[in-house]
Parts: sequence; structure tokens; C-alpha cells
Amino acid sequence: MTPLDSTDPLLQEQFVPSASSVLRARILNHTGLLFGLVVVGLLVLVALFAPFIAPHDPYAQDLTMRMKPPVFMGGTMEHLLGTDHLGRDYLSRLIYGARVSLLIGFIAAVISGVIGTALGVAAGYFGGRVDAVVTFLINVRLAMPVVLVALAVVAILGGSLQVVIGVLGLLLWDRFAVVMRSSTQQVRRREYVAAAQAIGASTPRVILSEIMPNIVNNLIVIVTLEMAHAILLEAALSFLGLGVQPPTPSWGLMVAEGKNMMLFEPWLVLIPGAVLFVLVLAINLMGDGLRDVTAPDNRN
Amino acid sequence: MLHFILKRLGLAILVAFTVSFISFSLMFLSGDPAAALAGETASGEDIEAIRVLYGFDRPMLVQYSEWLAGAVQGDFGESYYFKLPVAGLIGERLTVTMTLGVYAISFALLVAVPLGVIAAIRPNSLIDRFALFLSVAGQAMPSFWFGLILIVVFAIKLQWLPPSGANSFKHFIMPTIVLGYYAMPAIMRLTRAGMLDVLSSDYIRTARAKGASEMRVLFKHALRNAIIPVVSLAAVQMGFMLGGSIVVESIFALHGAGYLAWESIARNDLPTVQALILIFSMFYIVFTLIADVLNAWLDPRMRSS
Repeated sequence: MTPLDSTDPLLQEQFVPSASSVLRARILNHTGLLFGLVVVGLLVLVALFAPFIAPHDPYAQDLTMRMKPPVFMGGTMEHLLGTDHLGRDYLSRLIYGARVSLLIGFIAAVISGVIGTALGVAAGYFGGRVDAVVTFLINVRLAMPVVLVALAVVAILGGSLQVVIGVLGLLLWDRFAVVMRSSTQQVRRREYVAAAQAIGASTPRVILSEIMPNIVNNLIVIVTLEMAHAILLEAALSFLGLGVQPPTPSWGLMVAEGKNMMLFEPWLVLIPGAVLFVLVLAINLMGDGLRDVTAPDNRN
Repeated sequence: MLHFILKRLGLAILVAFTVSFISFSLMFLSGDPAAALAGETASGEDIEAIRVLYGFDRPMLVQYSEWLAGAVQGDFGESYYFKLPVAGLIGERLTVTMTLGVYAISFALLVAVPLGVIAAIRPNSLIDRFALFLSVAGQAMPSFWFGLILIVVFAIKLQWLPPSGANSFKHFIMPTIVLGYYAMPAIMRLTRAGMLDVLSSDYIRTARAKGASEMRVLFKHALRNAIIPVVSLAAVQMGFMLGGSIVVESIFALHGAGYLAWESIARNDLPTVQALILIFSMFYIVFTLIADVLNAWLDPRMRSS
């Protein structure tokens, strides 16, 4: 006597929704996550297709067209968001600036993700001395003031895109290490890990095929949050004059360049800052949303 | 307890040594500090003279131990730019940064703790949502942009506050808001989570059952327990803030240690930069040490881990 509903595929689908449909429903019900995904998606497209979207060359100067206001402040359609102090089209510089921000944020997050995950998983899996050494390294890293060290290193090595990415990548791994360490500690105690070890699976195999798949959700969340962190830091470094160098269009640099004319042309500062704020907000909402959706019981 | 403190102190000292070595090694990142110091126009002989003068020709470990021996006694060498002892330069400006740090953390606590408490008493209320919005927006707001907007509104348009300087309390208002804003989201979330946790516990139900007033339950019983982790978080945030004051100080031309760091980095004044990195790190190490010991003292369960 088997109950009907466990054999009837139709009923089963109705009462036990598949994992992917649950996930889809959760994503669609999560306003923050949807907002984040849409905004980040749009900005990634803008960055990828910058040469096709930008109305002007972001580097082309025209000193006869300096500091024209945006169209909603009495400007012309020729320069939708006006021009900067060198007569460069502001919208085009914003569009190319998305490339700089996203590129730096993404690569820096990947570099620090690799470092932090390796350290964190090793600490969580092996425990003991390995854990003590990694915990020590995390403490050392946390004690170093990020902005100060990043500024100093960029000043010494020169402010190129590669240097900024490298410095941020080498500095931002602490949260990865902390989270991956505790996630690994939790997963390591599960029966399936013991089972894999019992049937003689090698350590790399246990880590790659038993541990990693179960902590990858947390990893993705930290990647997004640290990407936002890296983008903000790049903007701050460039704003202070020790990040990406002119004439590269970086949003932080645009704010710095507009700063002196802020009194008469506040939009020079408001526009790039607002775009930066929206991008970082969207990435953060995406990260928070992904955490809610993939691990609803981890919310505080 | 003593065992815990000694262990924690040992770790702090070890971290401090490692950080000191890293901040010293920064000088050698460029390859040849003598060439960097001499500038691009210097001849080979000039560079050689500078190398001997500053002692760069000796092994790095010898230079490090000498520098460290000085640093422990408060002697960080002489600034390349000001030609004055670094310790004196920093000491003067550290007061400004410390003042800013104390104001900022006080401001953050004064706003974030009440918000967190109200959010916990009325989950999903308008205030809870507002607090959540504030914390999400706070994490995404570029500090330099926030600072510039404040300057435009309050210093230029309304002319209520001075745009820069550090002469009076008024000069500290905007920097305090910008720096304090960043500590708020974490403090608020922790207060909210702690209060929610405590309010659902048995002893609160007992207190209510005994007929204690709601105010008494909230403040005497609940907040007292929920605030413990917040206090140690505030100590850690304070350490972070001092390191992060560099951006805020540069926007408001507040001549503190952060501003000095920015100037010294731009001027390639390495002894000053090294000393500042070490000092900011030491603040963080000391604050986290205090936070951990405080935690262990108030909550014996923390001592075992």
C-alpha cells in the first residue's frame, strides 16, 4: 500500500517543488537581489560595449567646449551629461569609467578570493598548527591599515591599473579567509566527509569534491561583497591622487578633478559619485540577496 | 583568565613584530631606496653618497633591528621632508586624529545603538526598515563623496559650518559624521541581533512575568546583556577608523596623522610613512586586545576559544 502522492509525478511536483524552482521563486521574491542583479547586469553590459555606446571619445579634449552643463541643467543633446574641465564628454568618460571600476573590482576580488580561500580552507580542514598560522596571518593583515598601505605601495610602484589591482588583491583576502575557515570547519564534521576519507579518497580530492561544493555559496557571497569593497577603495585611492592616473577615466578621479569646481558646477562631483554609489549599492544588495536565497537560515 | 590574557598578549606582540617588519620592508619595494630618494636627475655618485649616508648599504636585517630598537623607544628617525624627528611630527597630529576618532565612535554609538534597539523591539516596522536602509546605503556610500556633499550643503550653501581646519569643535562636526557613519551599520546590526536574541530568552520572560515594567525589562535586563559584544565591536571599529581617517582628513584638510600620512606618501617621505603605518597598526592591535580581554572578562565562555 504505497500512498498515491509519492508515486504520482504530478502531485509530487506540486508538493515538493524542485530545488531550481524554489531558487527561482526566492530570487523573484527578493527585491534587493533583483535590483542588484539588474543594475550590475546593465553596468557590465555598458562596460563591455563601451565603444559602441559612448557618444564621444572619452579622451578627446575640446578646450572650446569646457564644462558645458548636462542637458537637464541647460546643456545640449550633443553632451548629455556635459563636459569636464578639458572639454571631454562626461557621459563617455562615465561609460569607460565603468570598465575601470568593474575590471579592478572583479580581478582584485578574484585574486584575494584565491589567496583567502586557500588559507581559509587549509586552516579549517587541517586545524592545529596550520590553523594557528593562518589565524596569525589574518591577525597581521587586519592590523595593517588598508588605505594607508595601499596608498604607500601605489606611490612607490606607480599608479598603473595593474599595480592598483595587485595591491588590492593582496590586501583584501582577510574576509575570505575568515569565512572560508569557519565554513570548512562546519562542513568537515559532516558524515559524508568522514565517508570519503574512509573509502580512501586523497586529501585534495576530499577538499575539491566534498568540501568545496558545500562552501561555494558562501564564497560567491564574499566575492561580491569584496568586489564592492575593492571598487570603493580604488575610487578612494584615485580620488587621493594615488590610484589610477589621468587621463584614464576612473570615477574616483573624476570626483577629484571636479572637486575644485564643485562650488559652481556641483554636478561634476555629484554625477560620478552617484554612479559609484549605485554600482556599489547594487553589488552589495546582490551579495546580501544571494546569501538570503542560497542560505536562508544564515540571516541574522 | 590570566592564562587567556597572557596567550592573547603573546599573539598581539607577535603580530606587532610582524607588522613592524612589513612596514619597514615597504622601503625596499622600489628596489633601491637610495635611488628613489636621490630623484631622477641624480648621478651615480650622488646615489652612492646617499646610500652610505642613510646606511642603505648595510644588510636589511641590520637596518631593521636598528629602526625597531629606535621605534620601541619612540625614535622613528628623521623625516626626509621636514628634516625633523618623525616622532615629534606625529605626536602633534595624533591628538587631532584621536579626537576625531573618539567623536566619531561616540556619534556612531549614539545613533546606531538606539536605532538597533528600536529595530529589535519592533521588527519589520518602519523604523526597522529605515535602519536597514541606512546600513545598506552607508556601506555603499563613498566617504570622499559624502564628505564633499556635506561641504557643499553645510559649508558653502548654508554656511553653518567651516569647510576645513581643526581649530574648534565646529570643525570636527562634518568629519565626525563622515567617519562615524561607517561604523554605524555594523554596530546597528549587532545591537539589533543581540537584542532580538536576548528578548526571546527565558530570563526576560521571567522578568516580564514578575511584572517588571517594559522599560525596566528593556534597559536593565536586555540591553545590558546585548551591549557586551557591541562594546568590543566599537573598540575594533575605533582601530579601523583611525586607519581610515586618512580619506576624511584629506577632504576636510584636518591636519591630523591621516593628513600627514597622505602628504608624506605623496612626498616619498618614507620614515614618516613607516612610522605612521606602524602606529596605526599598533592602535588596532591594542584596541582588539582590549576588546578580546573585555569580552573574556564579561563572558567566561569566550576564554576557551
